[in-house]
Amino acid sequence: MDKTKKLKFIIGLSITGLIVLMTLVGIIKTPYDPCAMDGAAKLAGISLKHPFGCDQFGRDILSRVLVGVRETMLISACVVFIGVFFGTIIGTVTGYFGGWLDEILMRLNDAVLAFPSVLLALVVIGLYGSGRYQLIAALGIAFIPSFARIVRGEVLKIRNLDYIQAVRLYGASHLRIIAVHILPNLKTVLLSSIIIGFNNAVLAEAGMSYLGMGVAPPAPSLGRMLSEAQAYIFSNPLTAIFPGIVIVIMILGFSLLGDTIKKN
Amino acid sequence: MKRIIALVLVSVTLAIALCGCGGDKTEGGSSKITIGIPQDLEDSLDPHEAVAAGTKEILFNIFEGLLKADSNGNLIPAVAKSYSVSEDALTYTFTLREDVKFHNGNTVTADDVVYSILRNADDGSGNALISAFLNIDSVNVEGSDIVITLKAPDPDFIQYMTLAIIPKDQSDTATNPIGTGPYKYVSRSPQENIVLKRFDEYWGEKAYIEDVTLKICANADTIVMDLKGGSVDFFARITTAQALQLEGSNFEILEGTMNLVQAMYLNNAVEPFDDERVRQALSYAVDPDEIIELSFDGKGTKIGSSMFPAFKKYYIPETADVYNVNIEKAKELLAEAGYADGFSFDITVPSNYQPHIDTAQVIVEQLKKIGVTANIKLIEWDSWLSDVYSGRDFEATVIGVDASTMTARAMLERFVSDSSKNFINFSDPEYDELINKALNTYDDEEQTKLYKEAEWILTNKAANVYIQDLAQLVAINKNYTGYEFYPIYVLDIAKIKPAN
Repeated sequence: MDKTKKLKFIIGLSITGLIVLMTLVGIIKTPYDPCAMDGAAKLAGISLKHPFGCDQFGRDILSRVLVGVRETMLISACVVFIGVFFGTIIGTVTGYFGGWLDEILMRLNDAVLAFPSVLLALVVIGLYGSGRYQLIAALGIAFIPSFARIVRGEVLKIRNLDYIQAVRLYGASHLRIIAVHILPNLKTVLLSSIIIGFNNAVLAEAGMSYLGMGVAPPAPSLGRMLSEAQAYIFSNPLTAIFPGIVIVIMILGFSLLGDTIKKN
Repeated sequence: MKRIIALVLVSVTLAIALCGCGGDKTEGGSSKITIGIPQDLEDSLDPHEAVAAGTKEILFNIFEGLLKADSNGNLIPAVAKSYSVSEDALTYTFTLREDVKFHNGNTVTADDVVYSILRNADDGSGNALISAFLNIDSVNVEGSDIVITLKAPDPDFIQYMTLAIIPKDQSDTATNPIGTGPYKYVSRSPQENIVLKRFDEYWGEKAYIEDVTLKICANADTIVMDLKGGSVDFFARITTAQALQLEGSNFEILEGTMNLVQAMYLNNAVEPFDDERVRQALSYAVDPDEIIELSFDGKGTKIGSSMFPAFKKYYIPETADVYNVNIEKAKELLAEAGYADGFSFDITVPSNYQPHIDTAQVIVEQLKKIGVTANIKLIEWDSWLSDVYSGRDFEATVIGVDASTMTARAMLERFVSDSSKNFINFSDPEYDELINKALNTYDDEEQTKLYKEAEWILTNKAANVYIQDLAQLVAINKNYTGYEFYPIYVLDIAKIKPAN
């Protein structure tokens, strides 16, 4: 690892660490109830009591950002988990066995991939209403194909390697070959794509919540905060600046981390 | 050489494209206007079938009745040029104007009027689209006069003569509305726009602006951008936050009242709202003043029953003070009803109405104080109409209910137990009796008294958690002027004119 890379890695790691810390704080305790309204503090500026100011309902923005980060992180984690879990299964099966199953699943995969994920999410939300779980389901499905493709490519490569042929000659079952000899080798590829996927998930969640399709109000999420702040962006920019900055930092941290891991 | 040709081609195309842009802009100010509306006209374009206030306010421009409302709340002659009422108040005689044309070019005949009235009257089974029309004994044509005879006198009857007149031989009114109003319907692209054109053969004062596009702006967040960007010239209902953003721009903000009853409507048939004490507890916990302060910058009028202040004759200001915030009392009532530990319910809110979403957010907070957990569920407007309003499949919803005519009946009759419009399933024998009595009372003073008593029942039984009559903030591009507020929920496009 050369110096700049190392620096990138350290910065990425510390930013991600900060975000994880914020998530933990968001889970454990926030300075104020993130939904508590206070008419007197309506659109209040930065002060010791409210370091990030207050929004149009007099809600403490710091508390809302903390809970928003938690919300965004949890949703993104679930989305990436669904994507990785099903993506790996589909990718491994299609890559390993090939044949007609591969053809069918991969064409389906292409179909989903070709479909804009926002549209897909709109369909799910149109059918089942908006909310945290619908959003996770919609984005999760949209995230499967890219993981499936990555895993399939990798499995294709590995399955023709000599040692796999050797194991096969020993009479190992397909299940054993996949579980013991192939899956562990996907680790590096998966790790970097998980981090990139996480990045995309954070953006997608923020985007969907911004469009009013994520968590229901009054619960905060970064995207929803931005969307609500939109009406005050010129009169009270504080309401938009902090959630915005946090999203940028999150993305930056994951990108740096993902970059350095990928290149190794 | 090829390169040069390509370069020339590109620059020419570019120049043309740019010219196109410029041309658009200069035309904008003249005889067309784009009006933003918050929802598509999903329910029906048939004026007799439409239920949504947002639909009816648009249809006001396409259809007219024998009479129509003016901006002061008075009735003025429209399709009829005059009318008279017999001394026993049973016979109404309307004289038709000779020169009124439908948008399809046909002249309005007495038969069209009779058809339009009978379409809403008793269908033979004792039901009617307009229940006031069950009182009609006969509708006859005498020369160019329409004579309506009632079974019993009804002081409010004349208000219903704003009923839209439609051609008698038309079967597709729901998709192809033809009326006599100052604007005719041209086309509708679902979820996109509705196009209207000035009706040049209109009998009265013609509209100023020729082409009207009603653009559906279902996403409340983009309205300011649409307005500032110039794609929308007029929006009849913006929030205070949006008004703040338009400060210093090319828009004028006009302020009036919306003339509707905004409340958290409770489904009185589902647990726990079937218990009066629970509903009262919620009413004690919800503080309309705080809602108005937090979500509406203090603009709005607190109300306490299904009646808004513009109806001076029927409005009772005291109802607004019955449930002044009293957390202790609310908790007591909940405990009595067996919900000492609170409960949890969903507030269904149409996602295209930001004011209602903002209201619901404050309510959620206020209810926490009495241990009640409310969850906001956002749904699309068409789902709201089908699930909440028609299907009555909801627990609570924040919405505004308006009056279709200038009568107390329009606000109050819907809460009679067997009314088809009683979407909250309110059921109270005493209320039913009062309304029934009011409908059959022909003394104006006595009737007003009965209606007021009925309002008190809605308040005392806490049929809904009443909040406010919203302030209406209208954003109008300074290129246009002439907008007028009405005491009913109406958007009169014909009055809008170019500023110069």
